[in-house]
Amino acid sequence: MSNPSNLKYTASHEWIKTEADGSITVGITQHAQELLGDMVFVEAPTAGRKLKAKEECAVVESVKAAADVYAPVSGEVIAANGDLDSSPENINSDPYGAWIFKMKPDNAADVAALLDAAAYQAVVDSEAH
Amino acid sequence: MQPPKGQATQVVISQVQRTDGAQREIALRLFLFLMKAHMTTLKATPLNAAHRAMGAKMVDFGGWDMPVNYGSQIDEHHQVRNDVGMFDVCHMRVVDAKGDGVRAFLRYLLANNADKITVPGKALYSAMLRPNGGVIDDLIIYFMTEQWFRIVVNAGTADKDIAWMKEQAAVHAPALTITSRDDLAMVAIQGPNARTKVWEVLPQTKAATENLVNFQAADCGEYFVARTGYTGEDGFEVMLQKEKVDAFWYALNKVGVKPIGLGARDTLRLEAGMNLYGQDMNESVGPLESGLAWTVDLKSERDFIGKAALLANPPSSKLVGLVLLDRGVLRGHQKVKTPHGEGEITSGSFSPTLEKSIALARVPNGVAIGDTVQVEIRDKLLNASVVKYPFARNGKGLL
Repeated sequence: MSNPSNLKYTASHEWIKTEADGSITVGITQHAQELLGDMVFVEAPTAGRKLKAKEECAVVESVKAAADVYAPVSGEVIAANGDLDSSPENINSDPYGAWIFKMKPDNAADVAALLDAAAYQAVVDSEAH
Repeated sequence: MQPPKGQATQVVISQVQRTDGAQREIALRLFLFLMKAHMTTLKATPLNAAHRAMGAKMVDFGGWDMPVNYGSQIDEHHQVRNDVGMFDVCHMRVVDAKGDGVRAFLRYLLANNADKITVPGKALYSAMLRPNGGVIDDLIIYFMTEQWFRIVVNAGTADKDIAWMKEQAAVHAPALTITSRDDLAMVAIQGPNARTKVWEVLPQTKAATENLVNFQAADCGEYFVARTGYTGEDGFEVMLQKEKVDAFWYALNKVGVKPIGLGARDTLRLEAGMNLYGQDMNESVGPLESGLAWTVDLKSERDFIGKAALLANPPSSKLVGLVLLDRGVLRGHQKVKTPHGEGEITSGSFSPTLEKSIALARVPNGVAIGDTVQVEIRDKLLNASVVKYPFARNGKGLL
């Protein structure tokens, strides 16, 4: 599965989708879910929480490991995906559909400055060597 | 990602074939690659290529390049509980102890009593202790004849185990020979249909192995077949010459036995309540604090290495099972808060059979089955119930 070109990415393997109203939706990439394996628990941040860029704000746990999810930019959490409480495995089957949380960024320019699909692929490739 | 074994050689060849212009860049890349390869040189079992061909995700497991899963680890777990799967356990070490007095030597060397096994092929699980009572390793011994016991030890501890056995033999049984069987490979076939599948591939072993009871082995010439395992399911562990293991692995696969990675091996053994050396016990704790009291014979007159220390230091903690009541996942080294003091999780994961998080934890003696304790996970205290383990065996949850 290639990384959708309409999304932005971070070097810590989050994907970011910009919505029409300027809010962003955040999840973890195909590469990240594949490294972690079968997902069994997701702890998402609660709405209203203020986040700084690169702050640890969610946890995804597979059978074999726990991994932190980082805020891609500074802003405020506006929603968490409650479906993942009962079906964390959705991240494995549909990583770009199973979003973890949504936030309202402080600055739209911060989102524009994130990695595009090609730059993220370069990060993945460099980790593999 | 770890570079597969053998790649370094290929890089050297490609460098020689390059023309001068590309030489400098290639030399730099080669240097960086070799630096990395040197730091991460991993040992490979004879099944390494087979794992890769079967789509395994490989990881560094105590210095061995091993398959962690071939797809979904949870599917692999259920595959073993409900049907059959096979594990590459070639990294574990087979040791043969041969000669007069081998039984008497093992009676002194091990915390469990070798005198318990008198029927040929019968196996015994035991801890091997330092004089201070610390656990050097846990192992299985098979009584074959009064001249021959076979021992299977863990991969990561094999060298120190053998050194210790030889050191003790030199003093207490100098006529014994202790041989590391580096010529042997081992495959574990586990699950309710495991034995049937092995007989399909090795019909010549059926007569000698169909009447084996649990924890008993038969030496079938080319194949040493033991009804043992590390999953809580029925099955065999088969030892054979290294050169033949690839063909055996593929033959099993052809009759429908799926490969299972170390990921599922860990959740299977945890559900079955089986200790993992290095996590649930090590040289700094004794067997009585590690849930292994049932394997330590302190009642007989027999002396063994570590006995005096165990008698002099009654344990103040014990191993119990935990089931997480809140949402989350229990993991090794998380702190356990109890009214009797603090404890620690030694092994924790998600149980695919129970669909809950479970753990083994070392807690103060006062903690009782049925108590609720708190586990510190990141910045939260989550509730867990203290339970008797095993958590699951023979296809079923036991809670």
